[in-house]
Amino acid sequence: MSNLDDFRASTREWLEENCPASMRTPMKEDEVVWGGRNPTFKNPDSKLWLERMAEKGWTTPTWPSVYGGGGLTKDENIVLQQELARINARPALNSFGISMLGPVLLEYGNEEQKMEHIPKIVRGEIRWCQGYSEPGAGSDLAALGTKAERDGDDFIINGQKIWTSYANFSDWIFCLVRTDNTVSKHSGISFILFDMESPGVSTRPIQLISGASPFCETFFDNVRVPSTNLVGELNSGWTIAKRLLQHERTMISGFGLGRNKPGSKALTLEAAAKKYHGDGETITDTGLRDRIAQFMIDSEAFAYTSRRSIEEAKQSAGPNATSSMLKYYGTELNKRRLELMVEAMGTQGLGWEGDEFENEELAVTRQWLRSKGNSIEGGTSEVQLNVIAKRVLGLPDMTSMVASPIKSGEAKS
Amino acid sequence: MSLVLNEDQKMVQESASAFCQEQAPVSVMRHLRDSKDAAGYDKNLWAKMAELGWSGMAILEAYGGFGFGYGGLSVVLEETGKTLVNSPLISTVLLSATAINEAGSESQKEGLLPSIASGELVIAFAIDEKPIHSPSSTTLSATASSEGFFLNGQKVMVLDGHVADKIIVVARTKEGANGLGMFIVDANSPGVEIQRLHMVDNRNNAKVTFSNVNISADQVLDGTNNISEAIEKTLDIARLGIAAEMLGSMQYVFETTIQYLKDRSQFGVVIGSFQALQHRAAIMYSDIELCRSMVRRGFEAIDADEPAEKIAQLASAAKAKLSDTMFLVSNEGVQMHGGIGMTDEFDIGFYLKRARVAQHYLGDASFHRNRYATLKGF
Repeated sequence: MSNLDDFRASTREWLEENCPASMRTPMKEDEVVWGGRNPTFKNPDSKLWLERMAEKGWTTPTWPSVYGGGGLTKDENIVLQQELARINARPALNSFGISMLGPVLLEYGNEEQKMEHIPKIVRGEIRWCQGYSEPGAGSDLAALGTKAERDGDDFIINGQKIWTSYANFSDWIFCLVRTDNTVSKHSGISFILFDMESPGVSTRPIQLISGASPFCETFFDNVRVPSTNLVGELNSGWTIAKRLLQHERTMISGFGLGRNKPGSKALTLEAAAKKYHGDGETITDTGLRDRIAQFMIDSEAFAYTSRRSIEEAKQSAGPNATSSMLKYYGTELNKRRLELMVEAMGTQGLGWEGDEFENEELAVTRQWLRSKGNSIEGGTSEVQLNVIAKRVLGLPDMTSMVASPIKSGEAKS
Repeated sequence: MSLVLNEDQKMVQESASAFCQEQAPVSVMRHLRDSKDAAGYDKNLWAKMAELGWSGMAILEAYGGFGFGYGGLSVVLEETGKTLVNSPLISTVLLSATAINEAGSESQKEGLLPSIASGELVIAFAIDEKPIHSPSSTTLSATASSEGFFLNGQKVMVLDGHVADKIIVVARTKEGANGLGMFIVDANSPGVEIQRLHMVDNRNNAKVTFSNVNISADQVLDGTNNISEAIEKTLDIARLGIAAEMLGSMQYVFETTIQYLKDRSQFGVVIGSFQALQHRAAIMYSDIELCRSMVRRGFEAIDADEPAEKIAQLASAAKAKLSDTMFLVSNEGVQMHGGIGMTDEFDIGFYLKRARVAQHYLGDASFHRNRYATLKGF
């Protein structure tokens, strides 16, 4: 314990000296740091903060120090996070390399790959994007068709990815490709890394119903990739893909808890209903009031369920198969909240742009539209319900009988 | 505190589960109905429940109870909900003992709680006067007399009214929100007329009429200087208790239904392979998980003695959420069982019948959403 106390003291001291004052204020939307080859730092303090944190390896506190990570134990990391929270420190770096690729590369990558890529992830020097979904492979991800064909020491990659977040700003991609189409669909997939500057890679941003979005279409036209960039064994990419999805799901859970975007001061549902659908003090529409109460009760019960699942996991009281339920319920709740917001605000909640609408009103409209994707991305609500039915309730699986262009056989993810 | 049961509560749950499954299955309730039992509950079973300590679960050891807290009582209620046990547990232990805990004087506690804990005394609790729960519109009057009070008026849905030794009556002493009081009346007092009501769930209910019933000063629950808060808190604890019972009932219906989906074949496959049924089952599962968290949180708050205002919010949230989910699950249970679910021979219909009564009892979902919204300030 005294070691941890020492660690806390030295950490607190270091943070006092090294965390710039402006990095202790709520994050602003346009000051989020993503790193990369051509990073942008709207606030110069963010650059300093990233450099100092990366130097300590504290952008990835528990990764091994041999690859530039912090090398901290779990307990030390808890102390570090507590000390960061204590001074309201901003995250120094936001990165798919940290939240998704890094953990699986540490688990499945070879030594050269780890030495090559992990330090750059830690320091935010390379920005990564995720090449998973395709136009023909959404919920049925394993049906993906982007081809990687062997040509000497290289692979030649052809195909298209979609919903690639920030592909247009990313330096490298971790990508699922089909390397064998003569076997069952899960058995012919490989996990490969390549530079987005490679000849033949192009991206096109996707405009959503809510307006601009980070999503892109990504095209590969005879992209040449060294075979040494393959992670894990040839055709064993599905295992790595599934592990990475677990990291992704952890990252996006929490929608239903109504977590606000950094720094934004969101209008609450009751306040909106009182303002637009009442006299400022009460909600005069009793039907709307009833549905808002129902929503709030469900949200409360959902928050207690999240808490209970954490407590059960701690006590390891049996299998904790609730992640699909939490994803399903949380995203459906967020959609309900935004539908109620728009309804409560009347036509002021339906403005697209212009001075006749407050910024917070326009934000609600865009969030409402954007929320429709919550129950699609990261596995649709229908897929989550399938998972609950099969894995939690033990009902028989019929989807394996559905015809597929690629021979089906292996157990589902 | 935690939203996961502690070791003691798990032990109580296991023992209650074994008892209900072996000694108090649904067939006991079915027999009470078919034989038109005069008492409406099995007195031998109730004596055994008392021996197990259920009647003294939330009564302090100083008054002959076990001091297990309301969390302990909640897991018992959950188990009795699974087999639809008819007993004085709700009227006497959940409601009346709580009213005495919250509002009784020291001598009232010493005089009454030990006999409740031992299972000897049945006390009914009379609150509702109309088909809809509405404590604030109570009209049964308590007017001052030379010795104490006269009670005049009528109560309905008095659980175990026709078998009770005593009745705790919520009555109006003056106009306004703080104008209610609680009085303990002997069931055989002159002017008390009790008429059994036969409800769809086969529980014991009664209509009780009070005509110039003479109440002495020591029959007034006056151990608190905030009787309105004590009445509300008694009702809130009972609402959470009913929610716990509903949690048990919905789990039974759900598990039985899932098993049926795995057993029943049509079109050459088990019907549980149909996605139209799988998704509805998965949605029920999710809502039941939320219900469980809601109930656990409510009892955590009671046993941690959180502020009455917080307990009130949690009680209304729980009663609303559990009522909505009970409605869904009881209907889906019948529908997914198909024709057999409509037969009297099959048990699932009992749960549909109990569901609706439990939904209404101490306030339905609309009542509690309205109350929740008011408590939350909108």
